[in-house]
Amino acid sequence: MVAEADIQSAVVELLRRTVVKLPSDVEEALERALDAEVDETPTMQLKAIMENIKLAGEGNTPMCQDTGVTIFYVTLPKNCEIDVERGIIDGVRRATSEVPLRPNAVHPITRKNPGDNVGDGMPYINWKVGSNDFIEITVMTKGAGSENMSQMAMLTPSQGVKGIKEFILSTVVRAGGNPCPPMVLGVGIGGSSDICMKLAKQALLRPLNERHKDPEIAGLETELLEALNMLGIGPMGLGGKTTAIGLNIEYAYCHTASLPVAVNVQCWAARRGTMRIHPDGRSEFLTPEE
Amino acid sequence: MTKRLKTPLSENDVRSLNVGEAIYLDGVVYTGRDEVHIHALEYLEKGKNIPVDFKGAALFHCGPIMRKVGEEWEVVAAGPTTSSRMNSLEPQFIEKFRPGAIIGKGGMSQPTIDAMKQYGCVYLAITGGAAVLAAKGLKSVSGVEWYELGMPEAVWILNAENFGPLTVGIDTHGKSLFADVSDKVKENEPAVRERLGLKK
Repeated sequence: MVAEADIQSAVVELLRRTVVKLPSDVEEALERALDAEVDETPTMQLKAIMENIKLAGEGNTPMCQDTGVTIFYVTLPKNCEIDVERGIIDGVRRATSEVPLRPNAVHPITRKNPGDNVGDGMPYINWKVGSNDFIEITVMTKGAGSENMSQMAMLTPSQGVKGIKEFILSTVVRAGGNPCPPMVLGVGIGGSSDICMKLAKQALLRPLNERHKDPEIAGLETELLEALNMLGIGPMGLGGKTTAIGLNIEYAYCHTASLPVAVNVQCWAARRGTMRIHPDGRSEFLTPEE
Repeated sequence: MTKRLKTPLSENDVRSLNVGEAIYLDGVVYTGRDEVHIHALEYLEKGKNIPVDFKGAALFHCGPIMRKVGEEWEVVAAGPTTSSRMNSLEPQFIEKFRPGAIIGKGGMSQPTIDAMKQYGCVYLAITGGAAVLAAKGLKSVSGVEWYELGMPEAVWILNAENFGPLTVGIDTHGKSLFADVSDKVKENEPAVRERLGLKK
């Protein structure tokens, strides 16, 4: 039987793994970016990134001081009776002192920092009910430097795919070196304004080397990524060949009179973690891989 | 060529640097981001003294993760934060407090570039997100001021040893590596647009 305490401990461990180690698809993409550079400045930036990833792993230390705010995606089994929310909140509180995580969550107006990453609406949990017998928990610990560069627009249907491309291009140019490139771009298309922003963030949960199952969307992902890498923003905005290491799109059907588009900009430290908690209380950590 | 400099920096040190150079720092480094800029300028307006002297200092745009071990603080992770958030405050901060170097990521806007030229200050870019590598060069902690602003926003007084690599991103001659890259991006944009089938 799973207990609330199991959830709490597993969440602490999930957060620790997530802030210390990158998923293998992200690390591989960064290695390819380093191989592609020829100039001294971008090479130095990417070498520093690779060295940092190594040091973080060896020291069991968060790779970046900005451990984000904690946004969770939870799939519950049917008839789940334990208080998963309580386990997650207490897990975040404990992880903040034990990992440690930087206490980032503040009141939006007074800017008062409670010091434990817990406040109204934070951690934020997206809930789903699935058909498996395990609880699946994914967390994204995303820094503000990249999040602050995210944008959304309500386009008109007549602006179409060209309007979407224009918007993505202008978002990336405007972001420049601010979001810690090489960046990852999560694109949401359709839904409504709120759904579109959620899709953009969820797009960042898909491995970078996995294209969308719809071939048309997959083609758009590849075309946009290749074109954006011709911009020359480069690692840390200091110029170079790789501006983005990935671009994922998710879509939802939308109103016939709307075309929402959203871009969630992610930094090179594209951290995401997923685990499963089985009915016998055993937790299985899937991402980042061991 | 890699240079090694010690803080506090002399005006001569600072004015000899050029964009693109790689340097390593020794000596005291202060952290300070949004709230420190706001606070310091407010103190000045009220005629109050601020608790540290920024003259010739290296001001690091950083909100670190710190850990207290016994009575001593240690740096866990200390990468740079996005410097452009301080764009509106930095020119005045440089004029009033005269730091020798600002360390951060992403670069800063023209009024800051102008202030750096006028008062003798450089912008040193450090790899964003590389927080463990940065912490490796920050050997010990002398103290903390304005801790009530919260861990990320406080002034941490850190002792650097071979801290870097740092790339001179803005020098005192009005040159900015970021502005150069931004010009190149503008030059590259028509080809990108053509590739995407968009109007030039």
